[in-house]
Amino acid sequence: MNTYSSPQTLFEKIWNAHVVTQKGDEYLLYVDKHILHEGSTPLAFSGLRASGRRLLRPHTMIGVIDHTIPTRMRHLPPVDPQARAMMEAFHRDTSEYGVSIFDENDPRQGIVHVVGPEQGYSLPGTLIVCGDSHTSTNGAFGAYAFGIGTSEVEHVFATRTLWRKKPRNMLIRVTGEMPEGTSAKDLALLVINKVGIAGGTGYVIEFAGATVSGLTMEGRMTLCNMAIEAGARAGLIAPDETTFEFLRGRPLAPKEVEWDAAAKSWRALHTDDGARYDHIVDIDVSSLRPMVTWGTTPQDSVSIDGCVPDPSAEQDIARRASMQRALDYMGLRPGMPVSDIELDYVFIGSCTNGRLEDLRAAANVVRGRRISSGVTAIVVPGSGLVKSAAEAEGLDTLFLEAGFEWRSPGCSMCLAMNDDVLAPGQRCASTSNRNFEGRQGRDARTHLVSPATAAAAALTGRLAYPDPEQVE
Amino acid sequence: MKAFTVLRGIAAPLFKDNIDTDQICPKQHLTRLVRTGFDRALFSDRRFDAEGAERADFILNQEPWRKAVILLAGENFGCGSSREHAVWALVEFGVQCVIAPSFGDIFLQNSVNSGLLAVSLPFADVRKLASDALGAPGMEWTVDLPNQTIVTATGATLAFDIDPSRRARLIDGLDEIGLTLLHQSEIDAFEASQRNAAPWLWHPSHLN
Repeated sequence: MNTYSSPQTLFEKIWNAHVVTQKGDEYLLYVDKHILHEGSTPLAFSGLRASGRRLLRPHTMIGVIDHTIPTRMRHLPPVDPQARAMMEAFHRDTSEYGVSIFDENDPRQGIVHVVGPEQGYSLPGTLIVCGDSHTSTNGAFGAYAFGIGTSEVEHVFATRTLWRKKPRNMLIRVTGEMPEGTSAKDLALLVINKVGIAGGTGYVIEFAGATVSGLTMEGRMTLCNMAIEAGARAGLIAPDETTFEFLRGRPLAPKEVEWDAAAKSWRALHTDDGARYDHIVDIDVSSLRPMVTWGTTPQDSVSIDGCVPDPSAEQDIARRASMQRALDYMGLRPGMPVSDIELDYVFIGSCTNGRLEDLRAAANVVRGRRISSGVTAIVVPGSGLVKSAAEAEGLDTLFLEAGFEWRSPGCSMCLAMNDDVLAPGQRCASTSNRNFEGRQGRDARTHLVSPATAAAAALTGRLAYPDPEQVE
Repeated sequence: MKAFTVLRGIAAPLFKDNIDTDQICPKQHLTRLVRTGFDRALFSDRRFDAEGAERADFILNQEPWRKAVILLAGENFGCGSSREHAVWALVEFGVQCVIAPSFGDIFLQNSVNSGLLAVSLPFADVRKLASDALGAPGMEWTVDLPNQTIVTATGATLAFDIDPSRRARLIDGLDEIGLTLLHQSEIDAFEASQRNAAPWLWHPSHLN
């Protein structure tokens, strides 16, 4: 390919800049950034140790403890002996190999995809990997960022590279003004509903258009975070002034003359006029309403004004069967308004919606009100810095006075790998990213929503429209 | 990694779409610090009740399917989380081949790295295979990777396509890291050039 004359997409530019060598249709790509967490790395370290290989460039990696960490009583070690052993293994491995981490006692500890951006580690134009599928979050900075399994974590440890076939490139162009009461989470759920949970398989999705440019970095991260829920390992957004403003002065962002040089190179990271995509989807958000999921995949969603769909109206036999199975699992009746769905639990947090903007959005709905008596509601900030910033604004008091629990940072109930687990049959409005069967606990039922909708749900005890004026 | 050539054994139908890695290997098994012992993790929330007893209604608890080495599944098998433990759980249980209309991207990559053959066939073909499996339970199938064929218990033969590099890696069972390190001089050259062009990517990311 003649890279001088052919117009390129944002993704192609980043891809081309990372090709080390090529073998047939497989490319060896250089990995700039590797973020570790205790949940997926101990076995990669054991593999490395067993093979006697070196960890390359440990000083350019960072690590956090987030997946198994308790969100209560943080001064004590986790009760679960396996979780404790996992944290100890992570301490031992990162210390032995010289990787700098934010451990459970560090005020900057938090969820891996919140901490990377917060520290200025996630930079435009870079190739970022992590043993977690929501690494796509970092694509919000105009990076090619994707999750990998344990074998590939070890491969990056030992070679700093990965073999890849070139993915296809999808453009999702979003236009229209985001209506009151909606947020990037509602947009993400709409995108997945339109594209389907496997619609992005084999693609890297670029999100563009005036609506996307108008999103804050937090909103862009929410959108890219959920690209994987549409099947795409990576989502990305061209960096712009919003991106640069966010990054400037962050601890690990380039400084002084290097900042100027970096920013200059980052300004070239946009899709050229005339560049071709393999697939284009147009979405208008002018009539977007808060979205909620009713089923067991993130594509099973309707607006808050909608009803649980009726499988018998579905033409496709396989789809009808899977809808019926989802309704049985979720304990819902076809045709019932989703606003009649009563809840036991509300979870506000995760790498999707655990940043300061998310907590503010929830707080705006809650302000001065009390949660419903039958509901347990927890707020789990995405990082220690998010937590302290929220406390500086008084959000902890606001949530506590409303009846929420104010927890310490971690992945928590998004995947329930620590002790924040739903009991069988419990129903939760959750700001996380997956409503899979058993995700938040065995036989637990998850409804994915935005932070504002989760807050409204906590106040009313059912799925509700998050208008601060209308919440009863 | 064990080389994959010809696989013979029973095929179990679990013909449901979007079987995600949370179902294949629920999170309570992810804290294991060794790469073995995942056989009971496979579909554990559906295979076992809360007390750990087998649930008779789950196909992999029934004869002859509990000895399955091939799984026939619906669209988008292995979507969701990047946990490679999902592949390990399948392989340790005995399933070395999954046949489905489509797979999650990360699962597909993980499958090659842990020696599991993922075969994509058109939806109608997988549905037909699933009904063949139900129709002749306990009969042996053959999956021949070098020749890219599936022979069912009834003798029906189906050819399948597979990406040549994935096929070669499974058949050779080679250590990919070792192969990549043969490209060390190219990696060095890339690094030298990047270090010059973007020195900020080379500073230590000390967190203190």
